[in-house]
Amino acid sequence: MLEVALRHRFGRDGFALDAAFTGTEGVTALFGPSGCGKSTILAAVAGLLRPQEGRIALDGAPLFDAVQRQSVPPDARRCAMVFQDARLFPHLSVESNLRFGLRRAPREATGPSFGEVVALLGIGHLLGRRPRALSGGEKQRVALGRALLARPRLLLMDEPLAALDTPRKAELLPFIARLRSAARIPILYVTHALDEVDALADRLVLLEAGRVIAQGPVEDLAARADLPLATRRDAGALVACTVLAHDPAQGMTRLGFAGGELLAPLLTEAPGTRLRLRIRARDVAVALRPPEDVSIHNILPCRLAAILPAATPQELFLHLDCGGAVLLARVLREVVGRLGLTCGMALFALVKSIAFDQARPLPPIPAA
Amino acid sequence: MEAWLTPEEWQAVRLSLSVATRSVLVSLGPAVLVAWLLVRGRFPGRTLLDALVHMPLVVPPVVVGWALLMLFGVRGPLGAPLHEWFGIRLVFTSEAVVLATAVMGFPLIVRAVRLGLESVDEGLEAAARTLGAGRLDTFFSVTLPLMSPGILAGAVVAFAAGLGEFGAVITFASNIPGETQTLPLAIYSATQTPGGEATAAKLAAISFTLALCGLLLAEVVARRMHRLLGRV
Repeated sequence: MLEVALRHRFGRDGFALDAAFTGTEGVTALFGPSGCGKSTILAAVAGLLRPQEGRIALDGAPLFDAVQRQSVPPDARRCAMVFQDARLFPHLSVESNLRFGLRRAPREATGPSFGEVVALLGIGHLLGRRPRALSGGEKQRVALGRALLARPRLLLMDEPLAALDTPRKAELLPFIARLRSAARIPILYVTHALDEVDALADRLVLLEAGRVIAQGPVEDLAARADLPLATRRDAGALVACTVLAHDPAQGMTRLGFAGGELLAPLLTEAPGTRLRLRIRARDVAVALRPPEDVSIHNILPCRLAAILPAATPQELFLHLDCGGAVLLARVLREVVGRLGLTCGMALFALVKSIAFDQARPLPPIPAA
Repeated sequence: MEAWLTPEEWQAVRLSLSVATRSVLVSLGPAVLVAWLLVRGRFPGRTLLDALVHMPLVVPPVVVGWALLMLFGVRGPLGAPLHEWFGIRLVFTSEAVVLATAVMGFPLIVRAVRLGLESVDEGLEAAARTLGAGRLDTFFSVTLPLMSPGILAGAVVAFAAGLGEFGAVITFASNIPGETQTLPLAIYSATQTPGGEATAAKLAAISFTLALCGLLLAEVVARRMHRLLGRV
């Protein structure tokens, strides 16, 4: 359990940070536009920056306390950090880089072994090389392994994928997802990319201009219409589902979720795999009766839980309760009058299967 | 070599090499410390320290030699206690030559070491800290290896310059053959002696060759070092 509360002002009238949040087991994502202070928070937790006021505690023990004038030095905090630029030591081999933290970890610290981490990240063939000879993605994998092998109590990741191009990023995400389940320690993950949040985060802390505007489970925050998240083109609910079966002949995969079944374009994940799917609000339509003779596969019975304002006055969000799972639909204001929508009404949510094509199936969220 | 160099000349060559080596060795540690203070230190008087370190570069060498003579002479504020308590008399000894050469070469080493230190990415040090390395540990395992090309460059330049130090040496340590007469001092004496032109030319050629070899060697070692550090 990580507790962070800090205030810091750069210069006399510079950027002011005033943030408080908690992080639990699993991945807590600090999300916000660049310059919102998320990296500063990470540096403060690592001990690389001393905030002017506040308190940071991990599992009840203070790492920093401004009132008691207490600040544990970074090397004693055991909060290993992965940076955007891998920051591998250029004068050491990949293996020596990996062992750097391991050699300095306390004897009693537990964690995955050297061999396990090397296998997990697929870097066995790189051990003898120098960092210079590695590609960007390989460097970042080694940096991940190096941090994990320091046997930290908390893993800090400062936009670890931001410096990579899209294919590299897609390649590395599953490794971080795997590391997330292997590490069994809290991870604080800074990013400004929503797909990384979808793929990795359990908890989300939304930051704007140095302040926390919301925090909570990712699914809860994604379903809210009053956050800046809702103004994005890819705003929409996150739905936890399980791969049920594949139909390669038809090119389709059946997914189970709280509200029934979803049909998606053929996926590669094995049946039983748990996935998290972002169903974008603009891809969801509603009908009073189940339509016939339409191409849409996913016609889900649901209840209209709430009608909420959207970013522009001519639009609204419909908050749909689909057997416990929440869906958001973004519609024109005119629709409410034309269909006579009222809260509590039974409706059918229509979701095109092909919409999941864009909302790339995401790496598995392991059971907590 | 012995055949075409007189024992005195040979001694001057050996003394020069030994003095240059020893002066570099005694300077390295303090130079790294001072460079670190100048680059990373946040304390009042940093500019003054910077100016002080650079003094030997801008002050005439004779003045440096004179200042050392005043300080370390048997009646000087540092020389007197050395002489009375430890029986050490520095003036007119080969140790005096080393001290004069070290002081003259100090700013050269500090400048190069400083460049080396400035080229070290502080982000790497921050990464080392979060991985559990303390301040000193980080310095020795990350900072020092990465700044070592700067240290080497400084050592080589100071060595080459040390082979030729004249003004400060002759003022502080005098020109005693076999004791404090280094190569440049021997060349100077030869030019002052009737018929010494051949000796002067011979010693000058040796001086030139030694300096050239030093610089070439430094180049080779620097290249290898950069490769070791994973930069090339």
